[in-house]
Amino acid sequence: MSAGTPTLEQSTAPDKHSNGVGHSGDGAGMPPTDISNPAYFHKVVDCQWACPAHTPVPEYIRLIAAGRYTDAYMVNWQSNVFPGILGRTCDRPCEPACRRGRVEAEPVAICRLKRVAADNKDDIGALLPAKPLKKNGKRVALIGAGPASLTVVRDLAPLGYELVLFDGDRRGGGMIRSQIPRFRLPEEVIDEEVGYILDRGFVETRFGTRVESMTQLLSEKFDAVFVGSGAPRGRDLDIPGRSEAAKNIHIGIDWLSNVSFGHIEKIGRRVIVLGGGNTAMDCCRTSRRLGGEDVKVIVRSGFDEMKASPWEKEDAMHEGIPIFNFLVPKEFTHKDGKLTGVIFEKVVAKKDEKGRRQLLPSGEPDQHFECDDVLVAVGQENAFPWIERDCGIEFDKWNMPKVNEVTFQSTNPKIFFGGDAAFGPKNIIWAVAHGHDAAVSIDKFCNGEDVAKRPPPMTHLMSQKMGIHEWSYDNAPSNDLRHKVPMREQAIALKSIKAEVELGFDRKLGYAETQRCLNCDVQTVFEANLCIECDACMDICPVDCITFTPNAPEPMLRMMLTAPAENLTQDLYVSTPLKTHRVLVKDEDVCLHCGLCAERCPTGAWDMQKFLLEMTHAGEARCSRA
Amino acid sequence: MTWITKPKLHHPKLPVNALGFTHRDYEGAVSTLCAGCGHDSISAAIMQACFEIDLPPHRLAKLSGIGCSSKTPTYFLGQSHGFNSVHGRMPSVLTGANLANRELVYMGISGDGDSASIGLGQFAHCIRRGVNMVYIVENNGVYGLTKGQFSATADKGSKSKKGVSNPDSPMDLVSLALIAGASFVGRSFSGDKKQLVELIKAAIAHKGAAFLDVISPCIAFNNHAGSTKSFDYVREHNEAVNALEFIEGKDEITIDHDPGTTINVTQHDGSVLRLKKLAEDHDPTDRASVMNFIQRHNARGEIVTGLLYVEPDSEDLHDRLGVTARPLNALSDEDLCPGSAALDKINAGLR
Repeated sequence: MSAGTPTLEQSTAPDKHSNGVGHSGDGAGMPPTDISNPAYFHKVVDCQWACPAHTPVPEYIRLIAAGRYTDAYMVNWQSNVFPGILGRTCDRPCEPACRRGRVEAEPVAICRLKRVAADNKDDIGALLPAKPLKKNGKRVALIGAGPASLTVVRDLAPLGYELVLFDGDRRGGGMIRSQIPRFRLPEEVIDEEVGYILDRGFVETRFGTRVESMTQLLSEKFDAVFVGSGAPRGRDLDIPGRSEAAKNIHIGIDWLSNVSFGHIEKIGRRVIVLGGGNTAMDCCRTSRRLGGEDVKVIVRSGFDEMKASPWEKEDAMHEGIPIFNFLVPKEFTHKDGKLTGVIFEKVVAKKDEKGRRQLLPSGEPDQHFECDDVLVAVGQENAFPWIERDCGIEFDKWNMPKVNEVTFQSTNPKIFFGGDAAFGPKNIIWAVAHGHDAAVSIDKFCNGEDVAKRPPPMTHLMSQKMGIHEWSYDNAPSNDLRHKVPMREQAIALKSIKAEVELGFDRKLGYAETQRCLNCDVQTVFEANLCIECDACMDICPVDCITFTPNAPEPMLRMMLTAPAENLTQDLYVSTPLKTHRVLVKDEDVCLHCGLCAERCPTGAWDMQKFLLEMTHAGEARCSRA
Repeated sequence: MTWITKPKLHHPKLPVNALGFTHRDYEGAVSTLCAGCGHDSISAAIMQACFEIDLPPHRLAKLSGIGCSSKTPTYFLGQSHGFNSVHGRMPSVLTGANLANRELVYMGISGDGDSASIGLGQFAHCIRRGVNMVYIVENNGVYGLTKGQFSATADKGSKSKKGVSNPDSPMDLVSLALIAGASFVGRSFSGDKKQLVELIKAAIAHKGAAFLDVISPCIAFNNHAGSTKSFDYVREHNEAVNALEFIEGKDEITIDHDPGTTINVTQHDGSVLRLKKLAEDHDPTDRASVMNFIQRHNARGEIVTGLLYVEPDSEDLHDRLGVTARPLNALSDEDLCPGSAALDKINAGLR
């Protein structure tokens, strides 16, 4: 040990306040977070931010927890139009985004909770918009009665538009009705939710006849036209043997729609499905119910790179359908005009010099898989043979119409596109989002307004404090792991094309699952001038997301926190400078929104405030908050 | 207090210590103190310190008396031993426990009422005897449980929440501990966790009576203008004498780059206290000069914090008494009753 020397230059001494109380890096640090920008808190609600239609997910989950199924349904219906349908079939971009998945193993079963609302609601007839007292004199044609067009109808009809809806099929619903197998989505659900839009006398339907000419349609003097005709053409596979064995080779989506409409009721015992998307999963599972006993899915790429949603792959494998990967179809084998199988080349994935992934022959001998039928589900394409190229719509080099990504307007200002017809195959929730945006544009266009000026979303921010330690939401998150959706017994499920496989959560299980939701829309709002820097919030935070620190540029600041903020997709909430010149930094990444920071705060500097963001739909855009 | 229990979910990337524990494994029950209480910050610092030195929770015995401060052992290290004793009598219970089993780490948690008023005698004698312990006083200058009367550590002239001035002289526990012979004396502030955590780590490693006076603002009754124990006042008048870095014996000691401003104090267990000097005239190993230093700064109205005094070659009660190294509960019947031959031998020695 050594005694210190008494001579010491004051300037060589480090800051005497060892917790960093001192001056921040004079402007070099992060600027204070602007919480008045709706995007900031919206982004914290990961599920809502990820949802193309920006459904206020935690809001409806709380309503389900409260047993207010009808209200929960209506929150959904306002935003995504098809809660019962989407609660069974949505591609659920919300779930991979769910914060719960980052603090625990799996996200909240958001999609299946939506179904709980739909299954348990009361009659909503009285809650639907009333028929307008008078028409506004504008006529709009809608082509294709799928989710995009139906959304436009839903948004525009109450405003007094005269709407004419065209579809080649005899009933509305589009791909919802034709391509999604009944064992995933019962027909009654489609009838009900399509009915809320079509059966209320809002719209003239011209079903059963295809629109064959845009020019002819335009001659009917519509004020605007919406094209929501989907991506109706299944890609074919032009390899040797295709024409010879044509009888047993089917295009996936066409085959699915023939099954849906009852034209096909059987398939061979051995079936190969080519393709790795969700359509392929529907094809193989449908085959299992139509006599296919030995059904295989064979994909070009690796299992992990398949386009199908992970849960759809799981569902298929659960039904005894193996998935073979890295096999490129080379030839259909046939005998006497009858398909006998498919020859595949084995490939491996390698990266080229530029780092792009390539599938290269492995050098192993080709493999022959025997089968009776092949379903080709290798992609879908748009097709617009009915749009004359001289009617003012420009097409790009891929033969797709040039459509504005925000307004959905084509180069012919009165013609709008949405859904798969606009930017190629996506899924229902995207079609709905497109429909809302296109409806806003059509409404603005018909009223002589600038379609490029988009209405801001409506936001509310309100304290949830009810008492000293009481909040208007269940702030204690449940420790339950994700609950599994009960399924119909497989032996029974595989016997009928119409027996719905998933039984859905009952009310009790649904409630248990709602309690896993972290209420990410109940925001931690910080008022710097009330803070006395007692550290109480930092000490209590169960996920170490709060730090008092000198300010610094973002990359540095992220590493200076109690727990490093390594998830760059999640923002830091930075306060204005505090009395000690430090700032409060909250990493939004894994915040549980449990409100303990606010409960332990002696001065009310923290408050839990519900941020409700609702997208502005057509009509509202002009009437109330233009 | 809080109505919900702290959620079990934690940050997915929490560091773990040598025992495989995260800092959350050192938690206790949820605090029932007022929101923002400085005592909760001290609890958090204790948890952090125990986590950082890889202390197995069951190796700690936490003892306390009565008062807000004395409630806090419930709120940290839920897996350790605890004894909530009589008002002002924690030092006796701690001394007894320590004599019975010296293998545990003893932490006495007390407050200004518990130690500077009713327990003043116990406090002084426990220090005087050199009981191997960390004695923490969570010092807020008021009786919080009885709604804010001045305690014995309230400064003369300090104002109560109602605006009444305190006419009496304060009891300075740091000075008292030095006079009583404490071999490790520090003062800190609940609002300066970085300083506090290092002091607690060093105090745990210290052999002998280690005393920490931690100023801990009472949000409900003593955090107003005119108080000398408020966040604002303490921050304004805080004069840290040094910045401590606690280096465990097993860690490699790097060569110091700036010997003029840093001293290393090696404790008996091999741990090193690296002190970056912040005050020119402070020598932490010279008891008389430290007492002088403290009086000088007290007179200027400054609150000196940091490691104020340390005696590297300290001894403890067991050394002085020469008692068995084994815990009493590990002594066998033969040890305790060695037989008449042994008794005869002892008696012979006394003739």
